[in-house]
Amino acid sequence: MLERMLDYWRVLSSPSKYFSLGFLTVGGFLAGIFFWGAFNTVLEAMNTETFCLGCHEMKDNVYAELKSTIHYTNRSGVRATCPDCHVPHEWTNKMARKMAASKEVWGKIFGTINTREKFLDKRLELAMHEWARFKANDSLECRNCHDFKYMDFTEQSSRAAQLHERFLTSKEKTCIDCHKGIAHKLPNMSKAAKMK
Amino acid sequence: MCRKNHSRISRAACAVLLPAVLAMSVGLPSAANAEDPIATLRNWVINQEPTPPPTPKVSNTDLRRGRNYPEQPPVIPHSIRNYQIDLNSNRCMLCHSRKATELSQAPMVSVTHFMDRDGQVLASISPRRFFCTQCHVTQARVRPLTGNTFIDVDSLIAGIGKKKGN
Repeated sequence: MLERMLDYWRVLSSPSKYFSLGFLTVGGFLAGIFFWGAFNTVLEAMNTETFCLGCHEMKDNVYAELKSTIHYTNRSGVRATCPDCHVPHEWTNKMARKMAASKEVWGKIFGTINTREKFLDKRLELAMHEWARFKANDSLECRNCHDFKYMDFTEQSSRAAQLHERFLTSKEKTCIDCHKGIAHKLPNMSKAAKMK
Repeated sequence: MCRKNHSRISRAACAVLLPAVLAMSVGLPSAANAEDPIATLRNWVINQEPTPPPTPKVSNTDLRRGRNYPEQPPVIPHSIRNYQIDLNSNRCMLCHSRKATELSQAPMVSVTHFMDRDGQVLASISPRRFFCTQCHVTQARVRPLTGNTFIDVDSLIAGIGKKKGN
């Protein structure tokens, strides 16, 4: 048994002794394609709403609230799914977010928000993380769909147009500054104001 | 229902109301009968669910409307879809609070909203005025379910006892 393990180790530690260079190059290339593909497939599978809603914490709280909002149901039937807003689309940032999300796995295992009450207690903290993220990246996930370049102020209500003209054009404010709670219910905002 | 120490008017009201209530309670079982001519607001048989009328579009003009009488809570000239007004947050106050009006240029809630029931002015809106949509409502172009005989006070004083508009 030990002898066979040592054999494997010998092959692994210096494969060029046992395999041809061509085999190793082509084999390495093919294995690379396979692993990269598999990695991305799994990543994409974890980046779907179905995956998010696999946890009742998401399904019963935030998803239930999303359902009555314009980002879920509207006249044209175009809707945003969880990852559209909560996972950056660009690769590097997506990886960073995915790594940060490993804490959510911890939370799931230890039931950090496994009841409605626990969720409500924690919601302010969770919301503040998201607001900070949106603020830091200039509401990038909003802008993935709502591109300022193509925004026609004349099609907006005069109130909206005025405010966008004043604060968005000048870059004084970003989407999340005014549109908090657009897709989910807000936590205690007077507490949020104190924590700023 | 009718206590003895009531004024003449309320006694008279009781005299009218009591038989009416009694008649209603007796008449109720027959309301299930489809041919019963019971007046309902939507003019529909009372024990059947009518097809609801289409949801009207909320007026979103942002133009302030006049008030029919001085104490009338001003109506909301914009859409308030999904506005959250609860223990956690008040979406209206995001623009209409004292501090926010500078940025939003929205009208500030009147000073009466800062008063508690003893007339004491508080630092922010009083809890009893917290739920905006209790008094302030959006408008939509719909046919009123009932008529009314409201006369504007100016017309009343001028002696034109006519309804404005229709």
